[in-house]
Amino acid sequence: MSTVVDTHHEHDDHHDHKPTGIKRWLFTTNHKDIGSLYLLFSFLMFFAGGTMALVIRAELFQPGMQIVDPHFFNQMTTMHGLIMVFGAVMPAFTGLANWMIPMMIGAPDMALPRMNNWSFWILPFAFIIMLSSMLMPGGGPAFGWTFYAPLSTTYSTDSTALFVFAIHIMGISSIMGAINVIVTIMNMRAPGMTYMRMPLFVWTWFITAFLLIAVMPVLAGVVTMVLTDKYFATSFFDAAGGGDPVLFQHLFWFFGHPEVYIMILPSFGIVSAIIPAFARKPLFGYASMVYATAAIAGLSFLVWAHHMFTTGMPVFASLFFMYMTMLIAVPTGVKIFNWVSTMWRGSMTFEPPMLFALAFVILFTIGGFSGIMLAITPVDFQYHDTYFVVAHFHYVLVSGAVFSIMAAAYYWLPKWSGFMPDEGLAKLHFWCSVISVNILFFPMHFVGLAGMPRRIPDYALQFADINAIVSVGAFLFGFSQLIFLAVVVKCMAKKGQAAVAKPWEGAEGLEWDVPSPAPYHTFDTPPKIEAPIR
Amino acid sequence: MSEQHSKPDNSKMITRLLASVVLMFAFGFALVPLYEKFCEVTGFNGRTNNSAAAGSDGNLVDTTRLVTIEFHTRVNRGLPWEFSSEVRRLQVHPGETTTVNFTATNRTGRDMTGQALPSVAPGEAAPYLLKTECFCFQNQPLAAGDTAVMPMQFYVDPDIPNHIRTFTLSYMMYDMTEAAAQGRVVVDTSE
Repeated sequence: MSTVVDTHHEHDDHHDHKPTGIKRWLFTTNHKDIGSLYLLFSFLMFFAGGTMALVIRAELFQPGMQIVDPHFFNQMTTMHGLIMVFGAVMPAFTGLANWMIPMMIGAPDMALPRMNNWSFWILPFAFIIMLSSMLMPGGGPAFGWTFYAPLSTTYSTDSTALFVFAIHIMGISSIMGAINVIVTIMNMRAPGMTYMRMPLFVWTWFITAFLLIAVMPVLAGVVTMVLTDKYFATSFFDAAGGGDPVLFQHLFWFFGHPEVYIMILPSFGIVSAIIPAFARKPLFGYASMVYATAAIAGLSFLVWAHHMFTTGMPVFASLFFMYMTMLIAVPTGVKIFNWVSTMWRGSMTFEPPMLFALAFVILFTIGGFSGIMLAITPVDFQYHDTYFVVAHFHYVLVSGAVFSIMAAAYYWLPKWSGFMPDEGLAKLHFWCSVISVNILFFPMHFVGLAGMPRRIPDYALQFADINAIVSVGAFLFGFSQLIFLAVVVKCMAKKGQAAVAKPWEGAEGLEWDVPSPAPYHTFDTPPKIEAPIR
Repeated sequence: MSEQHSKPDNSKMITRLLASVVLMFAFGFALVPLYEKFCEVTGFNGRTNNSAAAGSDGNLVDTTRLVTIEFHTRVNRGLPWEFSSEVRRLQVHPGETTTVNFTATNRTGRDMTGQALPSVAPGEAAPYLLKTECFCFQNQPLAAGDTAVMPMQFYVDPDIPNHIRTFTLSYMMYDMTEAAAQGRVVVDTSE
């Protein structure tokens, strides 16, 4: 393989003409540039959404109203959710897809590079619109990220129009990204890169892209209905006009549940790349991983009403959605089993990417278990809209999705920047994060079970101690991320130990065949794949 | 090199994927009538049929059992009307035609239009409540300070399952003054 790499390098030298300065980034069609833009943007949004989370936790440090008024508190919970979902997690995965998928399948770039540029560059505008809506009279969106009607129709302020427009732009961006991923994977694989030889990160993203294409248009539809209900006298969700507010929840969660898998399937791919690399064993059960991912994606369309058990569903419907939800635990269990089996008798080492991947497996499983608890219809009546739900989805999204993104960043930073992430700082970041994330989210289970409701700026006195602990955890976790920022900045500033082409001994995949940092153009000549790369 | 084998396929695939996006967008909207039809058939959201049913066949009255109906009335937030039913609860034989009067008073100094919307709990009973005549089939215009007595004539379908002994019919009165002024008809009375 090294001979191939060398020819690339010479090739690149006279091909590497790119505009400099701002123009390079504005007009770039290079998948690596766009991947970096996505990742940096999501990092910025991660800090923006995180700051809002700290406003929430500062207010909840003590019972009573201290820092912000309730309306602003509602804006914070809403914007925190929207930014983390649409601004941090989803763009981070798209960034990883842009960087890694072409290199992993031996393609020179994404299939639709100009559309790729668009799908990134409309995103900052969407968030400028959404964030600036907070400056409007009456404030920004304050109806929760789920924007249930009639909160978002009858009782919302005029910033709702901006919210709807911003969601439309984010949706268009995601759909374009998904189309690009599908076309790239289907048409641009190197000779010999059959579907069942693709790395799991490619597979999981492939399935995620189909989920995006299936549900982002439904989200676009439902925000459009909110817009017309509010401004154009339609009555989709207004009982007075013959509509039904419960219909909103059905439509929203028809999008919303596949959406949560959009935010976790790529994580499965990342962890499936990292664990074999540091256990120095091929991934256990590759084919079952692929089928399990597809099964999860398929089931995700049949479980949406488990978010709505308390809306008064007939018993039959409740049972259907309860059993379907529990069924998801089977393919998910297959995955956990495969990761553990991959590690079994492996020669494990614990570099920063592996630490985050291991924390992912354990903490995501905890989030999965509380998910099964929530799936049980009768007990969901107790858990519904309490901090137990908050604890559940933060375990799967923060110590799940976000940890996997951090694992991916540490794993591939040598390839992106050409420099090894500072191991001492990275380990410090890991231990600070993994301890504080549990101080932050674990006690939420208890206040939730004891009945503390979500999205309320005040609470009963008996919850005071646990909330104080949670808030301390939140600030520790938030400030721990500055260490991550330091590691990334250090790599970007080209400081530290230079990385070799394959800095992780057990790593497999085409991306490690190109030098570090990856040259601007890779695989202009497709590599020939003779054996499965896992 | 890869362009040779990829370029010809791309546009076809993009067309297909874009078509699925358009299709899913349309599907989102198609779910609205689908949901309504589904609820109408199953009664899942407690909505009753808002058009006149054919009268009961007097021979089919099931005198062997009684069904209790509870009436519940509410006015929507911000509508200064009074709205009540003459009875709170009623026992009827399935198939027996009964009339219940509702009273609405406009407490304001201006002419208004209201619309009462029904909901049945449990939803399972909704398809068995058959109204032959109801004030809720139309808007209710009420002049300033006026009171109207509004009848609802109904019978319970004798096919109602035995385990439903009691159900609640709830009416929510909404302010439709603006919509009526703009000529927007909310309840279809054409049927």
